[in-house]
Amino acid sequence: MNHDKYDDDYIRSILNTVKSIAMVGASPVNVRPSYFAFKYLAQRGYDMIPVNPGQVGKALMGKPFVASLADIGRPVDMIDIFRNSSHIMPVVEEALKLPTLPKVIWMQLGARDDAAAAKAEAAGIKVVMNRCPKIEYGRLSSEIAWMGVNSRTLSSKRAPIPTQGMRLSLNRVSVGGGSTSASDRAARDKTELT
Amino acid sequence: MTDRQPGFSTLAVHAGAQPDPTTGARATPIYQTTSFVFNDADHAASLFGLQSFGNIYTRIGNPTNAVLEERVAALEGGTAALAVASGHAAQVVTLQQLLMPGDEFIAARKLYGGSINQFTHSFKSFGWNVVWADTDDISSFEQAVTPRTKAIFIESIANPGGAITDIEAIAAVARKAGVPLIVDNTLATPYLIRPIDHGADIVVHSLTKFLGGHGNSIGGIIVDAGTFDWSKGGKYPMLSEPRPEYHGIKIQETFGNFAFAIACRVLGLRDLGPALSPFNAFLILTGIETLPLRMQKHCDNAKAIAEFLSRHPAVASVSYAGLSSDKYSRLARKYAPKGAGAVFTFSLKGGYEAGVSLVSNLKLFSHLANVGDTRSLVIHPASTTHSQLDDAAKVRAGAGPDIVRLSIGIEDKEDLIADLEQALGS
Repeated sequence: MNHDKYDDDYIRSILNTVKSIAMVGASPVNVRPSYFAFKYLAQRGYDMIPVNPGQVGKALMGKPFVASLADIGRPVDMIDIFRNSSHIMPVVEEALKLPTLPKVIWMQLGARDDAAAAKAEAAGIKVVMNRCPKIEYGRLSSEIAWMGVNSRTLSSKRAPIPTQGMRLSLNRVSVGGGSTSASDRAARDKTELT
Repeated sequence: MTDRQPGFSTLAVHAGAQPDPTTGARATPIYQTTSFVFNDADHAASLFGLQSFGNIYTRIGNPTNAVLEERVAALEGGTAALAVASGHAAQVVTLQQLLMPGDEFIAARKLYGGSINQFTHSFKSFGWNVVWADTDDISSFEQAVTPRTKAIFIESIANPGGAITDIEAIAAVARKAGVPLIVDNTLATPYLIRPIDHGADIVVHSLTKFLGGHGNSIGGIIVDAGTFDWSKGGKYPMLSEPRPEYHGIKIQETFGNFAFAIACRVLGLRDLGPALSPFNAFLILTGIETLPLRMQKHCDNAKAIAEFLSRHPAVASVSYAGLSSDKYSRLARKYAPKGAGAVFTFSLKGGYEAGVSLVSNLKLFSHLANVGDTRSLVIHPASTTHSQLDDAAKVRAGAGPDIVRLSIGIEDKEDLIADLEQALGS
């Protein structure tokens, strides 16, 4: 597996199939990249689990922090490691001891450990390194193009209409009467004439 | 399956645009609005804190402009782009992210006269010091590097003389100095030259010229190649250090290989304010759809006219890299094999007076201060675009008193040649 460059299909299939993501190194501090990535992925419907031994007892978006991967107590589809390259190997080794292995180990933008990746891949786990799942999700959905980013995707299809969009809400301010005053007057005149 | 790389013409039509999700509109709508409604207070806070992708206010970003940004980024092979109000604005916003007062940047002597002015006078008042170097002598760039050098700035095809720059040689100097190479690709457009493929870290454009192409809208753009590591050595604090206005976010750490484009947007455009009108963005986008067709015709016409002029008895010399006899012909074959652009200069045996007479006798060429229009244009740089330079600087910039500049349009070349012939003969 070449980890210098990933085909979009590889990233897309990961983001389309994983449901639960344990984020190792998630921060409750709202200016840290791990915080916004956690929040963004949670809002896109992923079942997010914050892992950080220093934050146990606190919660991130209502999800309680756990100290370690073993403490999650249930299988997770993906482990997203928000740590520097030098801290990757112990997390991968810990993941390989879980009773149910994750399908994917993802290392954040700036993080890369080829030896750890090889170990995970030998156990049948897909690996992504030096990428941010929030950026990749935004890019492949082209949402990130609002920031002038080259999504490197093309489409001639209309995106689905947002079902919770304001245009579809019935909760709008009504202008008094239900129809226009002229049509009300015409209706009244008609009644009076007959 | 390996991702398929679409061709240039496909990207020119499609990149960045898709049917409008709300209405199904196929052309890109003009989102002529100042502001965008937030979903709720939390959404607003996350947008202001750079935690979510989305629209806030057209000075910072706009969906029409975003289509233009993605399209030019795709055509140039960059990771992201930022559209601004003009080519000059693109230069200010770019350098604001790189230089602190007292810093230096190296720039090619052969540049658009407006850029020479901006660098020499306006930027001096910001404490940004330009050091000039000669693209015909690569060692002059090496010699200009000092510990305060923060960037190198060149044009891919230089205005007004159409000289072709050896981008790879200067990129090597920039790499060795540990500074980004900024290339103004206005006269080439990515159809002729993609500077990022030759080692540029940042590409800037005046969209006003061939990209928009119809002489109807002023605009500029900055493209981030995603190639430069801004974190090394604390040399670029705007990108590597915590930003107090965004609660301590570090731009490079958060945005990775498109951090420069984001810095230009959230630090440059937000605070300096040169936003592009969405209406201009729409016109420029429409222009870009036909860029490959127009650019080829511009170049083919320019070559025919340069050949005609080089044979004409009244003409002293023609400076066009597309002519096999030209000094820059070898570089043109390497960097711009499809054509050497459509802006070039020539001098008349009759000197200044003959130049003035030519300009006044032309009937199809328009006498004005622009290039890269569908229409053919003519100007006398010494008295206009380069008038603020002293005489020696005019000659160094390729804009001496006897020089006439042409920007060849997409009319029928026979008609353009006939117009030049009658004007030269009279």
